Amino acid sequence: MSDGPTPLERFINGILPENPVYRQLLGLCPTLAVTNSMKAALTMSGAVLFVLFCANVLVSLIRSLLKPHLRILVFTLTIATFVTIADKFIAAFMWPMSKELGPYIPLIIVNCAIISRCEICASKQNTRTAAMDAVGQALGFTLALASIATVREILGNGSWLGFSVLPDAWPNWVLMVLPPGAFLTLGFLMAAVNWLTMSQKTKSANEP
Amino acid sequence: MKQTAIYFTEAWLVLGLALIFGAALAGVQTGLHPKIEANKRAETMRQIPSLVPGAKESEPAGEAGLRAWRALGDGGETAGWVVLASGQGFAGPIELLVGVDADLDKITGLYVLSQTETPGLGNKIAAEDWREQFRGMDAQTGLEVTKQEAGPHEIQAITGATISSRSVVQIVNNTLRQFRTIKQAGS
Repeated sequence: MSDGPTPLERFINGILPENPVYRQLLGLCPTLAVTNSMKAALTMSGAVLFVLFCANVLVSLIRSLLKPHLRILVFTLTIATFVTIADKFIAAFMWPMSKELGPYIPLIIVNCAIISRCEICASKQNTRTAAMDAVGQALGFTLALASIATVREILGNGSWLGFSVLPDAWPNWVLMVLPPGAFLTLGFLMAAVNWLTMSQKTKSANEP
Repeated sequence: MKQTAIYFTEAWLVLGLALIFGAALAGVQTGLHPKIEANKRAETMRQIPSLVPGAKESEPAGEAGLRAWRALGDGGETAGWVVLASGQGFAGPIELLVGVDADLDKITGLYVLSQTETPGLGNKIAAEDWREQFRGMDAQTGLEVTKQEAGPHEIQAITGATISSRSVVQIVNNTLRQFRTIKQAGS
């Protein structure tokens, strides 16, 4: 059981090579829903980091006790608990943000990016690896959300993290703040990531 | 082995975790609930001037299980009332603030305090242009939901979210009826 990737490999994998959004295409619901402002995207990423870390560590700790056919039940139970804690915490200390994110924080419970990490890594590897895996994946998720939110907020609102960055003459491109903007931005950025990886691969193949 | 014994050897981890998690969540709820309630109250106080025209100040006027605020005008006269209304929506509980004028004749505003309706469909109940429909409506007769052009006493349903729309209207109707009964009994 200890033959899996090392903690460092897991960490690095999560950030780009196995990025949850751009590579695994998981967790797309929050990705599309909350990236119309940078602040919302960062809050969502923070919540995901908390839930993913706690769930991964806990599942890894109890992995020897898991019954194979009840494992998904245990994962969901664990994730739901930490999501509820995160939800209450945001409602208590970040009230306006909690109103803006609405049902999307509770929806982390069904975010496949998290349950897949419990299944792929935490239930099979030691706690240190699981913790590093969680941080790496969460960073990758943050990176993806932040990149999409940057494009959408700047083009749609002329601001970034709430500060105006474009001149007032900029015609706010409302489409980018609305759902279609999320799909368009995700599509273009994913194409860019794929194109970069592809050109890197051909380059390394051509070298002797 | 007896059947129940088999169940317990299989499921003890799930049951144990459920108990531990339940206790942990109960702790979180007790710890954070007052803070969340305070946030909601602060938001309510901020919204009152926009729900009742001419309101400058407000004082709590809750009665018989209803939470309400008396909105005071410039000279301290009653400009209207704001009532906290809650009920079941399509996906979860909905909490509303309903503003009515001093004589409980007309609805002067509606604000959605909390909701968990479907994003993109039901959560449009919080959108301003939908809530605007309620402003100026007769508060005496109950409102109804329609899918066609809205006539008097009618609120146009949100496309794809008829249940959410109907829930809001029902909550408003029930609360206003209740509030009027309390007021009439009191005066």
